[in-house]
Amino acid sequence: MKVEQISVFLENRAGRLSEVTRILAEAGINIRALSLADTSDFGILRLIVSDLEKAKSALKDNGFTVGRTNVVAVEVPDRPGGLHEILEMLSKRGVNVEYMYAFVTQSQQSAIIIFRFDRTDQAIEALQEGKIPIIPGEKLYNM
Amino acid sequence: MIFDIANETMPREQLEAVQLRRLKDLCGRVYANVPFYKNKFDERGVSPADVRSLSDLTLLPFTEKQDLRNHYPFGLFAVPRDNVVRIHASSGTTGKSTVVGYTRRDIKNWAELMARSFTAAGAGPKDVIHVAYGYGLFTGGLGAHYGGERLGATVVPMSGGATRRQVMLLRDFGATVLCCTPSYSLYLYEAALESGIDFNDLPLRVGVFGAEPWTDEMRRDIEQKMGIKAIDIYGLSEIMGPGVGIECIQTQSGPHLMEDHFLAEIIDPASGEPLPPGATGELVITTLTKEAQPLIRYRTRDITSLDTTPCKCGRTFARMKRVTGRSDDMLIIRGVNVFPSQIESILLETDGLTPHYQLVVSREGSLDNLDVMVEVDEKIFSDEVKVMQRIEGKIQKNIKEFLGVTAKVKLVEPRGIQRSEGKAQRIVDKRGK
Repeated sequence: MKVEQISVFLENRAGRLSEVTRILAEAGINIRALSLADTSDFGILRLIVSDLEKAKSALKDNGFTVGRTNVVAVEVPDRPGGLHEILEMLSKRGVNVEYMYAFVTQSQQSAIIIFRFDRTDQAIEALQEGKIPIIPGEKLYNM
Repeated sequence: MIFDIANETMPREQLEAVQLRRLKDLCGRVYANVPFYKNKFDERGVSPADVRSLSDLTLLPFTEKQDLRNHYPFGLFAVPRDNVVRIHASSGTTGKSTVVGYTRRDIKNWAELMARSFTAAGAGPKDVIHVAYGYGLFTGGLGAHYGGERLGATVVPMSGGATRRQVMLLRDFGATVLCCTPSYSLYLYEAALESGIDFNDLPLRVGVFGAEPWTDEMRRDIEQKMGIKAIDIYGLSEIMGPGVGIECIQTQSGPHLMEDHFLAEIIDPASGEPLPPGATGELVITTLTKEAQPLIRYRTRDITSLDTTPCKCGRTFARMKRVTGRSDDMLIIRGVNVFPSQIESILLETDGLTPHYQLVVSREGSLDNLDVMVEVDEKIFSDEVKVMQRIEGKIQKNIKEFLGVTAKVKLVEPRGIQRSEGKAQRIVDKRGK
């Protein structure tokens, strides 16, 4: 039920992000979703990609520091209150959201939100009990 | 093992007698052959005949690095240029380069002292010594090279650079001893891992590391990562090059100075006064046997102390405490003295940080700013900003706490700090002097 995300450490200066996208493009890797967290000196780029292993080794070969983390992809109904219901359900269980980012796809009617939880397994349990559709990694990588 | 038992284990009274005899001879030679020294002696009203005991050393003038620069290139030679068989020189990044000449006998002595050094480090004729010190004007490469050959070991004259090839040959030739700077050894180790070679799987067992100050924490880090013994070798090109002192593998408790060739003193760097035995101060060396370019009371700028208590290895030579800084490297940040080695210790003690760092000092108005750039590797990298900021905060807090200076910590990409293939450039000082 988990999705593997890669994260890349970037110095906050011109050209670093485009260096990542260049490397991925040359390796024939498609980016499914991404988010960039930034501070004044550095940024952390998080990516869901079509081929995690290949992306990781291409980036590492080019000297980047790369990490991998488990996140959860949730289909959120496209109506008022859709996200709120999910967050409320999780907070009742004491699960904390570290960060999240959303994207939409052409084929999907609803939005997809990537969640990074402090306790991933409990979060998945809560979501499943609440009948919230979770998108498995395999499906997401090939979407 | 001891390479030269007669000299390396001589009782100290006998050693002092040898030193005095050589010192008297040296004073006579420099007074007769080097105008710089003749003038200095005359100015102080000292003649070579006034040196009757080792304590008379304090009558003699100091020699500073600037004196070598002022007499560039050959002004301090004590023999005709035709008797000089080799020249080495410093890179001269901070001014005119300093030149050092060697006679045939100087070269022979140097090889002898380097062979002693390798032996103290646990190496012998059966070893394969991979020399990754730079070859050329820098003394590291050729110094280690001739010492290794004198020992009868198999020497691989790799020099610096070409890291990938370096790692491949290290594996293929089955090196057992690695010679380079400590920071370059870590760089090689990382490069090896990237090409799928783990030093722990190689026959490598000893590293003879020197040419830059390093800390005990860095030694532990190197020993643990690479599964080798890391031995500190001491030397400076003005005096000879590597092999002025070497740690014994038995105790690894600071380099034994080759006192039959070098007379050591510890002085107060500010006043120039000699300090009592065991005190910490600046190391001053008089070269007792050098022919081409002997130096009287050369101020090394290295801060250390000397320990003459007997060593388990059997050598009677004094051990110098690990050099934690060169007084030249000392930064004064808002009135606080900071040595790069202190920052290095703090980084290594802050969980799992690599010792790849750089200090950038700048001035805004009249205020000094210290930026500490630290490379982020996979061990400390997190996808969460708060985790990374916590690391920054922790280092900043430790620097403030231990050194009393406020620094700004900047996390940078690996290799974000320029690595010279020889010495790591730890300091960028942007303040106008």
